[in-house]
Amino acid sequence: MAHSHNAHDGHHHGHGHGHDDHAHGSFKSYMTGFVLAVILTVIPFGIVMGGGFDSRALTIAVVVLCAVAQVLVHMIYFLHMTSSAEEGWTMLSTVFTVVIVVIMLAGSLWVMFHMNTNMMPQMSHELQVMP
Amino acid sequence: MSTVTEIKTASEYWETEPHHHPEGASTSIGFWVYLMSDCLMFAVLFATFGVLRGNLAAGPGPKDLFDLSLVAVNTTMLLLSSITYGFAMLRMGAGDKSGTLRWLAITLFFGLCFLGIELYEFHHMIAEGAGPWRSAFLSSFFALVGTHGLHVTFGSIWLVTLMVQVSKFGLTSANQRRLTCLSLFWHFLDLIWIGVFTVVYLLGVI
Repeated sequence: MAHSHNAHDGHHHGHGHGHDDHAHGSFKSYMTGFVLAVILTVIPFGIVMGGGFDSRALTIAVVVLCAVAQVLVHMIYFLHMTSSAEEGWTMLSTVFTVVIVVIMLAGSLWVMFHMNTNMMPQMSHELQVMP
Repeated sequence: MSTVTEIKTASEYWETEPHHHPEGASTSIGFWVYLMSDCLMFAVLFATFGVLRGNLAAGPGPKDLFDLSLVAVNTTMLLLSSITYGFAMLRMGAGDKSGTLRWLAITLFFGLCFLGIELYEFHHMIAEGAGPWRSAFLSSFFALVGTHGLHVTFGSIWLVTLMVQVSKFGLTSANQRRLTCLSLFWHFLDLIWIGVFTVVYLLGVI
């Protein structure tokens, strides 16, 4: 993991104050990730708590985009994901999981949305027909 | 041609004995695969919530129930616990046992704050009559957010266990490996929370 090769430079780091510009690698990357995560959390909360944009679709798009960006930030800066970790097996299992998750989420929502719109009127019709 | 010669020839081409990995060499990839399977489980819960979120059964909806400022505080707690765990890992890399323990304790504090706020929210909702039995929306809400909270609970228990381990046996290579696994778990839970606060709370209130 990325942590193991930081053993030699760890003693440069203070206790979490931003003044340590000599730090290379992890302290800097943790702080970068933290600042980016804070920004990407404040933006969607600010927008939604402020009432959102006039266009509801735009509000949703911005909130979702911030979430996707923050997930990527967490993966890179906190989980230290690289394409070369564990000879690529980490990345491969992640890509596989993401593909399955996207198919499962999109498929469920799509199918169930159509079920709701197509089945419901028929069901209420059958209920009316029944004595 | 005797069989003995054939076996001898074969062993020159492939290993007939299982080769030995150093202890713990496959832990990080194994733990990563576990996290991915956990990710699939959360994806199912997210899909269930996405399908059922409109089924209010004439009960209270997201706009009536959710207090975004409370969720913002909760998100802050979890994000802070993530960065303080990162600092604990840096101290661990420096071989600083007391520094590691100090940052782990701060991480635990933020984690418990998160759990406390979440339990308060759940209690508040149930007291208002909006428990998981009220509607399909609330069932899927409690299943998703509750499973995440349960993960944080077990992560906190694991954290306490490792703090005892480190304080008793020091930063041995086994303990460093365990702390690395928990760091992946902890950051992963923060990652799942991004999905929760976006899909459940923010998109619910828009």
